[in-house]
Amino acid sequence: MAEIFNKYGPILVTAMGQTLLLALYGLFFACIIGLIVGIMSVVKNKFCRGFALVFVNLIRGVPMIVLAYFIFFGIPFFCNSILKIGGVTLTALQAGSICLALNCGAYMAEIIRAGIQSVDIGQMEAARSLGLPYWRAMQRVILPQAIRTMIPSIINQFIITLKDTSILSVIGFPELVNTAKNVVAATFLSFQTWGIVAIMYLIVILLLQWAAKVLERRLKYESR
Amino acid sequence: MNPDNVKIKVENLRKDFGHLKVLQGVSTEICEGEVVVVIGPSGSGKSTFLRCLNQLEKVTEGRVIIDGQDITDPETDINKLRERVGMVFQHFNLFNNMNVLRNLMLAPVDLKQCGKEEAKERALAMLERVGLQDKVNAFPHQLSGGQKQRVAIARSLCMKPDIMLFDEPTSALDPEMVGEVLDVMKELAHEGMTMVVVTHEMGFAREVANRVLFMDEGCILEEGTPEEVFGNPQNPRTQDFLNKVL
Repeated sequence: MAEIFNKYGPILVTAMGQTLLLALYGLFFACIIGLIVGIMSVVKNKFCRGFALVFVNLIRGVPMIVLAYFIFFGIPFFCNSILKIGGVTLTALQAGSICLALNCGAYMAEIIRAGIQSVDIGQMEAARSLGLPYWRAMQRVILPQAIRTMIPSIINQFIITLKDTSILSVIGFPELVNTAKNVVAATFLSFQTWGIVAIMYLIVILLLQWAAKVLERRLKYESR
Repeated sequence: MNPDNVKIKVENLRKDFGHLKVLQGVSTEICEGEVVVVIGPSGSGKSTFLRCLNQLEKVTEGRVIIDGQDITDPETDINKLRERVGMVFQHFNLFNNMNVLRNLMLAPVDLKQCGKEEAKERALAMLERVGLQDKVNAFPHQLSGGQKQRVAIARSLCMKPDIMLFDEPTSALDPEMVGEVLDVMKELAHEGMTMVVVTHEMGFAREVANRVLFMDEGCILEEGTPEEVFGNPQNPRTQDFLNKVL
């Protein structure tokens, strides 16, 4: 194992960097999508709620590998061959980020919806009765309380998404799994290579969990 | 009753929740400085009536006019109106993510009623008034029920309202804490605040109310001074209710 790591370590670490980069892009946009769609699913407006429902069910109902193929191959094909707009291409990083953002965003939306709904309705009523507009009340009173209950689920979703980047090896993005496949193809040492890859994922995820625990404890300490 | 100083005018108020008709045509007038206590069995629509007065419930039909302004009109700036109509809830509803001071300062500062300095002064003055100046930095979960409710009253008062609505303010309290909350409310009443109070505290109604409304099944069945309603109820349902609770 040490032999493999010495020889292919730098490639694998670089690949881990690519995995993290992809995850970071994906999670960043997933948070934005999740927040927007999550709030859309609790507001009064029927159109907003309908959109959120359709979005979440659509994304949750399609396996991520299908979504990845669809975005990476399907969308450029649709633009070039059917819409006749030439030259539309997506890099694997772009397609991968979109795919992760949509997939994770749908789950985040559900976490955020549940978090908002877990805050007692009286909190909103009290804020409104003082004259605060709906969005102001949401921002100052509801979301800060909702986020605290959401953190464990959000971290859980982050971890799932980080691991799901491996699915994007199918569109040729040079992340850890894809790179490891090449290493195995060159060396035939599959036990050692996959063992190293597993440990690398494990380390990153343990670090993430540890950071999450610290964050969670600090948020608790601030108010309770 | 002097019609010149009518503060709240309720005209034929109806409220349906789906098929359930909770308010079936409520009309009344509440004058400036008047303390009106609403009593009645549970499910009679008392709380809904109160919540219609600041539009926490959208009315189905009818009008609520405060200081000549029809608040059921969609054109009315309801947030502006709510700044002047304080509300106290059964379950206190203090903002759990803020300490007492920030609970009191949030709305005045956020709605630009005043600067931070003045808001803080106001908050401290109100806390002193309800006897909780030592709890400035406490979080809601560190307070007893009675203390929470007194903070909630102080929070409403920080907006300098001229009407206060109380929705069963003592119903969720341990018996020994009811008194401290009622004392604050009595003081407020003596200072001339216009108050509408939904409560089961008949003692408070007798002592403080200018007028008592008895509601059942979404209608006001009887109204009058506490002496009239408690001493000589006319409606058989009022009699029946008072027999059960007194």
